[in-house]
Amino acid sequence: MTVQDIAHKEAFGETIFNDKIDKETKIEPKDWMPEAYRKTNVRQISQHAHSEIVGMLPEGNWISRAPSLKRKAILIAKVQDEAGHGLYLYSAAETLGTSRDEMINDLHSGKAKYSSIFNYPSLTWADMGAIGWLVDGAAILNQVMLCRTSYGPYARAMVRICKEESFHQRQGFESLLVLSKGTDEQKAMCQDAINRWWWPSLMMFGPKDSESTNSDQSMKWKIKRKTNDELRQQFVNMAAEQVKVLGMQLPDNKLKWNEQRKHYDFGEINWDEFWAVVKGNGPCNKQRLEARRKAHEEGKWVREAAMAYAEKKKLQTEEA
Amino acid sequence: MPKKRNSKQKRHNNLKLVSLMNIQIKKFYYGDIPEEKAGSNVYKTENDSVNWPLWEVFVRSKQGLDHKHVGSLHATDAAMAIENARDVYTRRQEGVSIWVVESKYITASNPEEAGELYEPAADKIYRHPTFYNLPDEVNHM
Repeated sequence: MTVQDIAHKEAFGETIFNDKIDKETKIEPKDWMPEAYRKTNVRQISQHAHSEIVGMLPEGNWISRAPSLKRKAILIAKVQDEAGHGLYLYSAAETLGTSRDEMINDLHSGKAKYSSIFNYPSLTWADMGAIGWLVDGAAILNQVMLCRTSYGPYARAMVRICKEESFHQRQGFESLLVLSKGTDEQKAMCQDAINRWWWPSLMMFGPKDSESTNSDQSMKWKIKRKTNDELRQQFVNMAAEQVKVLGMQLPDNKLKWNEQRKHYDFGEINWDEFWAVVKGNGPCNKQRLEARRKAHEEGKWVREAAMAYAEKKKLQTEEA
Repeated sequence: MPKKRNSKQKRHNNLKLVSLMNIQIKKFYYGDIPEEKAGSNVYKTENDSVNWPLWEVFVRSKQGLDHKHVGSLHATDAAMAIENARDVYTRRQEGVSIWVVESKYITASNPEEAGELYEPAADKIYRHPTFYNLPDEVNHM
């Protein structure tokens, strides 16, 4: 193939690719795609996968201390779902030509990131409810949007995740509802958990739209279809109503329905805190990564032994 | 030497284009934090010496339907792949039967050759029932 041929093929590929994006035709693994599109997707999907995996840690913290067998069974099922979601997403990212090993290494080295929310500690049982209601609630808004993302395997993984995610949010809200009707201590614990998780949940949507003055390639490529601020506003509108059912309050004295905008107004997010946590200085960043590395390193001999055993068995069947 | 200047200029333009593209994708999404904002590497990791092979998973959602591709997973052998597939893809009774096949054994058609590959079917409209105009009196056909 000559240089001209390659150039021709690239130009041709790009036209077809753009046409597919325009017509809402999904991009599939073997289709031609711009390198930057591939890279953006690998980064976003793998970091999304890491978020699911690290997300198991704050909740796993309470499995052994759940207040009843019912709540323990629910929590185990939820944590197992998070592992499953991580695996769907790793599988989707692998279709873009990156290996599982590479992605895990990037997480453990600190190169790849995961959602900052999981760098906050889960201090009381009520946190399990607040995480389900607020953290999973915020995640669902992103994930529902991502069901329509332009890369086929990512979209399909998101559809599967969304089907399961609703259980996560509902069990969280129901768990808080029980506490909200309990003793004074239980009510106080419920309000305290909401107070601590509210602002970090709002930060999950990322920086304000105005922070980015550049044209937004991800929107053009239809990887993402709503802006951070749009999703955040949608979330505030929902939570501000839901909290009334709990008889609790969101920790924001600027939270107020704006009749003109037909949206809730809300206070300013502490962006210094946001960036501090992103950069590794949140309350649990170190602890989370150490737990992941430890699990991976201590599991190394198991992975190797399982592989050796499979190879031995294969040889035995071949000989027989 | 106008030619040389041209190629230099071209390379400069290319560089400008590349940096422009880099700027465009700097936006932060949920689970998508750009690496340069995320602090430096803090920890050296080691690759596993062996990696478990990749398997593609197909699930029959209920009796009477085809197996459908649902995703992939890693496992040392077929038996483990089936067990892992059960845990990953059928936690809510999504399946009654699972197939697994090592990904390296799948041969796929090339999307770039889709035109030539499917072209022969394009001009055979007489293969479709709608090609035939029948009088209205003819029923049940």
